[in-house]
Amino acid sequence: MNNYLDPYRDTGLLHLWAERLQKYQGKPLKLMEVCGTHTMAIARYGIRTLLPERIRLVSGPGCPVCVTPSYYINSAVALARRPETIVATFGDLMRIPGDEGSLLEAKSLGADIRVLYSPLDALKIARDNPERQVVLLSVGFETTTPIFALAIDKASQEGLNNFTVLSANKTMPEVLKVLAGDPTVGIDGYLYPGHVSAIIGTRFYEELAEKYGVPGVVAGFEPLDILTAVAALSEICNEGRHTVRNLYTRVVKPEGNPRAVQAMERVFEPADAVWRGIGRISGSGLAIREEYARYDAWKVFDLQIGEYSEPEGCRCGEILKGTKSPGDCPLFGTRCVPENPVGACMVSSEGTCAAHYKYGGIR
Amino acid sequence: MTERITLAHGSGGKLTHQLIGRIFYPHFANDILQTGDDAAKLPVPAGTLAYTTDSFVITPLFFKGGDIGKLSVCGTVNDLATSGARPLALSCGFIIEEGFEISRLERIVSSMAETARSCGVRIVTGDTKVVPKGAADQLFINTSGIGIIPDGCHISASRAKPGDVVIVTGMIGDHGAAILLEREELHIAADIASDCAPLHYLVARVLADVPDIHVLRDPTRGGLASTLHEIALQSDTGILIWEKDIPVRPEVQGICELLGMDPLYLANEGKMVMVVPQENAGKVMEILQSDPLGKDSRIIGQVIREPAKRVLLETVTGAKRIVEMMTGDQLPRIC
Repeated sequence: MNNYLDPYRDTGLLHLWAERLQKYQGKPLKLMEVCGTHTMAIARYGIRTLLPERIRLVSGPGCPVCVTPSYYINSAVALARRPETIVATFGDLMRIPGDEGSLLEAKSLGADIRVLYSPLDALKIARDNPERQVVLLSVGFETTTPIFALAIDKASQEGLNNFTVLSANKTMPEVLKVLAGDPTVGIDGYLYPGHVSAIIGTRFYEELAEKYGVPGVVAGFEPLDILTAVAALSEICNEGRHTVRNLYTRVVKPEGNPRAVQAMERVFEPADAVWRGIGRISGSGLAIREEYARYDAWKVFDLQIGEYSEPEGCRCGEILKGTKSPGDCPLFGTRCVPENPVGACMVSSEGTCAAHYKYGGIR
Repeated sequence: MTERITLAHGSGGKLTHQLIGRIFYPHFANDILQTGDDAAKLPVPAGTLAYTTDSFVITPLFFKGGDIGKLSVCGTVNDLATSGARPLALSCGFIIEEGFEISRLERIVSSMAETARSCGVRIVTGDTKVVPKGAADQLFINTSGIGIIPDGCHISASRAKPGDVVIVTGMIGDHGAAILLEREELHIAADIASDCAPLHYLVARVLADVPDIHVLRDPTRGGLASTLHEIALQSDTGILIWEKDIPVRPEVQGICELLGMDPLYLANEGKMVMVVPQENAGKVMEILQSDPLGKDSRIIGQVIREPAKRVLLETVTGAKRIVEMMTGDQLPRIC
């Protein structure tokens, strides 16, 4: 059963790194893994249980589904209920609770909602159903946005007139600046997401290190990737260096992927965005450019961005910022569980609370 | 013109009888069924009767490694086998959507009959209903089965004891992954077939040499994780499994990583989880590995006292974490 990833899961090496980390005697550190895929991998491999008390890993705002505000879900549900529409979406959005229920509930009441694995499949649905309006739900960071841009571009080339995109795409840089500059958050270092970095490159992280004094390490998603990145990051933090290291060079280049960035920038432009649990951050989101307005579901269906509020008692905001752990939330594991989520962090399998709940804390 | 099922085929009238006479009788052919009575009458040997039922709503109806007909026989035969029973007879109920092609119905019935023959079990009674277009998706099948449990056999999911060894009889997740790939929206090229297979002969071989098996359960919907959970709950014990020992095909592992799924939660249709006293484990493994259906069997864990009602996984990093029961569906209509 040889797999090219096997060396990154080598038990012997993992034990060596875990032992080395256990001997850590430096200052107490709070490191943030920015990305939901990291959160999931850390929980899945039980990485936290291998770290010494002095190194704390907190989860950041990098689960796109989790930071999507409830008004987005409300709009998606409203669109899904219109008889002429087919809503196409990734599966993770299905269970997010909106004010008038989730997409899953709308589907059970007869709404035509299709779960996709690739945004490009939505174009096929549109071609196959010329009499219906197909609305593709688009959330995600720099990793997924280029594919949505590609779908819009393709629709435009084909002249499809029954296809639109309801976008709530976000970008990483602004929110990372906000968190780095927030003294209540107090992050010593960032564990940067390999996927996003593969697109945007690593130069922005240098800026964060220099201007905000928060160093970082770009890491892959295998257990050995993560353990070695944590070890490198704690070393950098202890030496007080404001630098960035890329330990995921098998995928991430300093310049990123310019073609993907171009595709994204052709269709989308920077916009303000609301982050569930954190609030509005200027320039932290993406909106569809005017030239592609006929594919922008917000405009085509004249949807209003509503008020957004967090469920009472929900601590998602603080959890997304890493100032609280899931266990600190009074709803965690009681009213808020994966089969009936209250807050956003419990919804997606990459959400901090879902990961904690699923893979449990046993020390 | 393509012949199709109409509402009249389910009316109980002339067309119903024609359909039974043309499709079901010739394939299922046995004297008990062909008496034509409403209830099957069959002699039952002495012993304890095992009785189970299962419904099959899988989509697509035909997939690599099987079809809904084969699945509907294997599923019920395997449920009987989890009690150590030798299957005796099956019933089948069809719910068919109006407009379904008769040639496809015949393919399914023929596959059921062939699987039943290979299992040494007869389909002795049945029922057919036709519902209007849209009231069901193509075709659903229910099968019930009875079997005879040999004397002295006391297999139950409540009998796992601390110290027992946990065995799985082969690669996990094949069925779930195969169905996932068959769904048209996925364009992934990988050679994975459903593991759909009857396991009662394999179980009988083990029981013949090692009667003292504590638990047998087939990890279908919800996968290995959910099955182990059920055992831990019913037995009021914990179960510890070792990630490095769980057999998963690289293709299945790859698909899971691509799509954010976990093989522990993927359905299997031709695997058993066995919990056996430690002293019997060697003998059981020897028998399993000598059989084509059990050649990839592995010891994957052990039953522990604490934490009770929990399943723990020791990951490749050496860390331990809790394995939760599946919430929601990884993929609906998998069986």
